[in-house]
Amino acid sequence: MATAFSAPKFAAQPFTTISPTSQHKPLKIPTAASPFLGSTRKLLRLSSSSQLNLRRRSSGSVFAVSDVVKEKKPTPIPSLLITKEEGLELYEDMVLGRSFEDMCAQMYYRGKMFGFVHLYNGQEAVSTGFIKLLKQQDSVVSTYRDHVHALSKGVPARAVMSELFGKTTGCCRGQGGSMHMFSSEHNLIGGFAFIGEGIPVATGAAFTSKYKREVLKEADCDHVTLAFFGDGTCNNGQFFECLNMAALWKLPIVFVVENNLWAIGMSHLRATSDPQIYKKGPAFGMPGVHVDGMDVLKVREVAKEAIARARRGEGPTLVECETYRFRGHSLADPDELRDPTEKAHYAARDPITALKKYLIENNLSGEAELKAIDKKIDELLEDAVEFADESPLPPRSQLLENVFADPKGFGIGPDGRYRCEDPKFTQGTAHV
Amino acid sequence: MVLVLRNYKLRNSRLVPSPFPTTLTGCSKPQILRPFSFQLSPMAAIFQGVGAAAALPSSPSYSFDSNKSVFSPRRSFSVRKGASFAVVRSDGTVNLNPKDRRAQLLISNAVATKADSAAASSSSKPGHELLLFEALLEGLEEEMERDPHVCVMGEDVGHYGGSYKVTKGLAKKFGDLRVLDTPIAENSFTGMGIGAAMTGLRPVVEGMNMGFLLLAFNQISNNCGMLHYTSGGQFTIPIVIRGPGGVGRQLGAEHSQRLESYFQSIPGIQMVACSTPYNAKGLMKAAIRSENPVILFEHVLLYNLKERIPDEDYICNLEEAEMVRPGEHVTILTYSRMRYHVMQAAKTLVNKGYDPEVIDIRSLKPFDLFTIGNSVKKTHRVLIVEECMRTGGIGASLTAAITENFNDYLDAPIMCLSSQDVPTPYAGTLEEVTVVQPAQIVTAVEQLCQ
Repeated sequence: MATAFSAPKFAAQPFTTISPTSQHKPLKIPTAASPFLGSTRKLLRLSSSSQLNLRRRSSGSVFAVSDVVKEKKPTPIPSLLITKEEGLELYEDMVLGRSFEDMCAQMYYRGKMFGFVHLYNGQEAVSTGFIKLLKQQDSVVSTYRDHVHALSKGVPARAVMSELFGKTTGCCRGQGGSMHMFSSEHNLIGGFAFIGEGIPVATGAAFTSKYKREVLKEADCDHVTLAFFGDGTCNNGQFFECLNMAALWKLPIVFVVENNLWAIGMSHLRATSDPQIYKKGPAFGMPGVHVDGMDVLKVREVAKEAIARARRGEGPTLVECETYRFRGHSLADPDELRDPTEKAHYAARDPITALKKYLIENNLSGEAELKAIDKKIDELLEDAVEFADESPLPPRSQLLENVFADPKGFGIGPDGRYRCEDPKFTQGTAHV
Repeated sequence: MVLVLRNYKLRNSRLVPSPFPTTLTGCSKPQILRPFSFQLSPMAAIFQGVGAAAALPSSPSYSFDSNKSVFSPRRSFSVRKGASFAVVRSDGTVNLNPKDRRAQLLISNAVATKADSAAASSSSKPGHELLLFEALLEGLEEEMERDPHVCVMGEDVGHYGGSYKVTKGLAKKFGDLRVLDTPIAENSFTGMGIGAAMTGLRPVVEGMNMGFLLLAFNQISNNCGMLHYTSGGQFTIPIVIRGPGGVGRQLGAEHSQRLESYFQSIPGIQMVACSTPYNAKGLMKAAIRSENPVILFEHVLLYNLKERIPDEDYICNLEEAEMVRPGEHVTILTYSRMRYHVMQAAKTLVNKGYDPEVIDIRSLKPFDLFTIGNSVKKTHRVLIVEECMRTGGIGASLTAAITENFNDYLDAPIMCLSSQDVPTPYAGTLEEVTVVQPAQIVTAVEQLCQ
């Protein structure tokens, strides 16, 4: 166990699930190609990347409590996991996420946006792997590191960039900012600044889905909610409370842990008594899965099963994605605590490079096509920045709008009229 | 319990009741009657009797219901048989005795609600008597029947029927998913309610005791209040968060908290406090129908108040205050349980020759500055009687609001009687002095009116 008193050295990681060095041990255990069943079926990556086989091995010590997922008959190992279209879609989405975040950093240092900006570089595989499997009506709930979740869900880059610039054309009219990305059209339910406080909201969205199916009798309502959060959140009460409720009522939700090992400067190992987060799923009666979050195809396979499970009404799943953020916690973080070896290790497992390699090696695409996508994204972002730059700042009159859905909530003024009828309200100069 | 509008014209040196009959929780047992057989006196007696009778306010069988004779309406005043209810509400157009023109003037100046003016005044249907918790239940049930998106979440709301029986029978009627028994995780299930509200449902979240909602403060402040704004208006949160609070009968410090002062700063929410079965049902329904998040404060000791309420559908405006007793000399602003202490003190004050105007502010956030302002302009003296703590309570805010808006109309500084800044002691004698008692109110008015 890493002691609490020293920053754990990367090479000295004793935990096989987290240490990437273990990932490179070739597995010689025979495959039983089944979907994830329970607590400890982990998807471990083989050292070769030419064929991304999914091999599973049970660790043997902790078994699943949940009994809902049935064993599939062993099928021949598929040689390719994605079609060309899917591959290009995934690639484009990840490049969009990466480029957007890089552009954010640029804009921040140029003084176009302020405050806390948390960038997602390196974790794109999780967002793309999960969200690209969703329908429009499915919901996504995120944390403050939400730009890429918004983009993957379909929020236009223009809207996100404007929001970051604080312009009125932003997805939240400039009122939310980096940490509060919302889109009712795309069912992106935030964007939360405090960690953990989005998980109950996600549970509520899943509850609505179940309610619609069972009480309102909308029989085809099978909307799934994805809740994204980090390793630090997994020590928070709201996480456990929601695992309990979701499993209890079999809510259609997938809890996705983006374990990037660091909560600002707090290493996951120094903060958590049992760092293997996926094990906490079965404690509440749901499957817990660990997956390599730097590999979009693996994430996608796990996500498919988890989302399908939720759609079938079998309840929640806890998926722990082992991933890494290449930048600091936020643009204000000097990022001095993390070992350069660790950073280098994960940089070598860049999900975009890995997917590119996979696409090329399996003849799904060529360099030229991928470069074209890169260029397209660059242009898209240029356009987004230009759009955001040219968009107007929110006028004073916007101040008091949206405080209440029904502005009668501001009350009755001394003259007997509702205060929202006072013209100063629409001008934004009234004092509330 | 009485819902009163009383115009006592002391100039005629006799008590002239308004033509509106009251349903009295009069007491047929003479020993409980006070010498001045004013309708409110049984109330005071009942309050004291309650303490002796039973400890747990959660048991609905305690005190009131068990002794049916306590509630037989007295007919000593000229009560019209079949008349429905006694209150002139600030929103209704009411048939008034021409002698009560003053009251009528006040009422017609108040902002009228569209919904229930007719209902308030019609005496065509007899109305029905019920207790406050039953009124809440009735309101909730009617709204659940009306809109299938309305659902209830909370601890023990389903099979148990609610620890104060406000959700009794609903789970059987609407099912376990619509009346959801949650685990003991206030922060999370309140957040769940907020998430459900954002995605199309209209949840009513019950805090078993308002104090437990301190655990949900994160969700209430950050999400409930703010998300409509931070999402740029994309998501509405039509949630109702309700529960009993206030000082009970020796419930101990933690179960006797007044959370209205803690929540009042949260932007984006509305807070209302009910005090009678009529406004309990009305506010419950209005809160459920509102698109804004509303926190409905109930009081542990008021659940067993009885009143006759209309049979028709009605709501009470969330932003309006309620004129309880028009008067001339002093404006007394109050809410929730302190309303009854005030009315008890009013009785004494009337006998001493004062004419207090009593307003139940009902809407704790935002304040109904119109009704309050009109009153201040008339009486020029303000006394606030509340159960909140002295520091940072509703009274403190109200004092500031009145000073800001109506300073020129004041003849004397605003007096604010609040609870002591003390964790509510268990001992009955100490508990009694932490909250404002009628005697203090009388003294304060006398002081104010010098």
